[in-house]
Amino acid sequence: MSEAAPALALDGLSVRYGAVDAVRALSLEVGRGEVVGLIGPNGAGKSSTLHAIMGAAPVVGGDIRLEGRSLLGMRSERVARHGVALVPEGRRIFGELTVEENLRLGLAARRSRPSGDPFAHAYELFPILDEFRRRHAGALSGGQQQQLAIARALVSEPDVLLLDEPSLGLAPKIVDVVFEALAKIRDSGLAVLLVEQRAQRTVAFADRSYVLANGELRLTLAPKDAGDTDRLVAAYLS
Amino acid sequence: MTLAFLNLSWPVFANGLEFGGIYALMAVGIGLVFGVLRLVNFAYGQLIMAGGFALAYGSQWNLPNWLSILFSFGVVLVLSVAMDRLVFRPLRTHSPAVMLVATFAVAFVLQNIAQLAFGTFGKSAGALASLDAPWDFGGVEIKKIAVIAVATAAVCLVLLQLLLTRTSLGLHMRAASMDFRTAQLLGVRANRVILGAVVISALFAAISAVFLSVEVIQVTSTFGLSDTIFVLAGVVLGGLNRPIPATLGGFSIGFASGILGGTLPANQSQYLPTFLFAAVIVVLLVRPNGLFTRAGGGVVERV
Repeated sequence: MSEAAPALALDGLSVRYGAVDAVRALSLEVGRGEVVGLIGPNGAGKSSTLHAIMGAAPVVGGDIRLEGRSLLGMRSERVARHGVALVPEGRRIFGELTVEENLRLGLAARRSRPSGDPFAHAYELFPILDEFRRRHAGALSGGQQQQLAIARALVSEPDVLLLDEPSLGLAPKIVDVVFEALAKIRDSGLAVLLVEQRAQRTVAFADRSYVLANGELRLTLAPKDAGDTDRLVAAYLS
Repeated sequence: MTLAFLNLSWPVFANGLEFGGIYALMAVGIGLVFGVLRLVNFAYGQLIMAGGFALAYGSQWNLPNWLSILFSFGVVLVLSVAMDRLVFRPLRTHSPAVMLVATFAVAFVLQNIAQLAFGTFGKSAGALASLDAPWDFGGVEIKKIAVIAVATAAVCLVLLQLLLTRTSLGLHMRAASMDFRTAQLLGVRANRVILGAVVISALFAAISAVFLSVEVIQVTSTFGLSDTIFVLAGVVLGGLNRPIPATLGGFSIGFASGILGGTLPANQSQYLPTFLFAAVIVVLLVRPNGLFTRAGGGVVERV
């Protein structure tokens, strides 16, 4: 619980589904105001890592610490209430609820009572949501739904934000919007763990990126390595 | 005065509305729990039965009516929460089939306990029998219970709708019934949402028990059983997962049963279920997703 403890730390994390090792002895840290990228081929264990942090995957070894405190054994709802928010793969917004109701769900995990408009910050970041606040979320486009999913996570005022492939299936212009928002979120002091398929873009954007393959950490990359496709490809294929 | 075009008298029509109201409450009670637990609670009828016996004891002990109603509410509530804690919660991670069979087991256990404890003839719950008497509305006589049941059901359903749309518990319950896992990931408390559904469902069972005790004064181990089976058919008919279609389904089957009960000659009343279920089968053949669901909006099993 010292001041030096990183916002999020994985220490030798192992996840196993039945006989399948999804993540093997993964260690990484995410500090406040930092974006850490997690990239790698399909089935590398990226999503399993996020699910393990959220208490939604079977952890068989290692530890997960938030500000130095272990999250191990907590159910998803408690992890969320401790200040970890997940933007799940496929957005998982509630299509039959309105945009505002989706945001209100984000308040479920909020630790402090909101003063003033609890959604002001979210609307500022994604003005399109303000415009459509009374609309059913299912009527939004994919990009708008993604913005809603991120906004919903932010409404809980988390310390750590986990994103599972936020750019999946989005038009390039919308991907820009998402990454611009992530930059602002980083500047606001959150710790961000970003799982992505867009390897180059992630490496260039994140403060540091880890390449995962077969559940193991293969390579650590800095933004300047984004152009080094050979190393990336080698890590993916290893 | 009669509803000549339907060949119905007002009292029969009121009887239809009364059962429509009661069955709508039961349907919502079953639907709420299904929404959050994906569990069709076949033991719902035994909750009503327990409420009936509680009322009967209230009569036996000469409790004032309000106290026996309160006692009945308490019994149903405790039994309902106990059912969730002791049976449904431990089985929550199992397949829907396991949960379904478990509710059958609970239903039979409770019914047999009642049979052993109270015998075949059960007990009499006569306290509210006076409500079976009519009020005179300008020459048309309508049973008091019909008016009270319809009004109460309407108020309950409006209050529920307000709870679901205006409160955070309601929002969490709606979200949980759409996608439980995602709701939990957002910090929605699973146990709180389930408890909310179980408690409201129990309240509606208790209210139904009070009204049914006016119609069926002799409470036996099968009190509320056939009503529950009708309601389950009605809920399937309407669409399980949505409160409004479930309500309409329950209302329809209750209305049909009330009307048929009032129009079938007394010596043919035992055919009532036959007619009702024949109608249900026909409707489901024509609209397999339910009568009141939008096209393509049928119940989808989510993991």
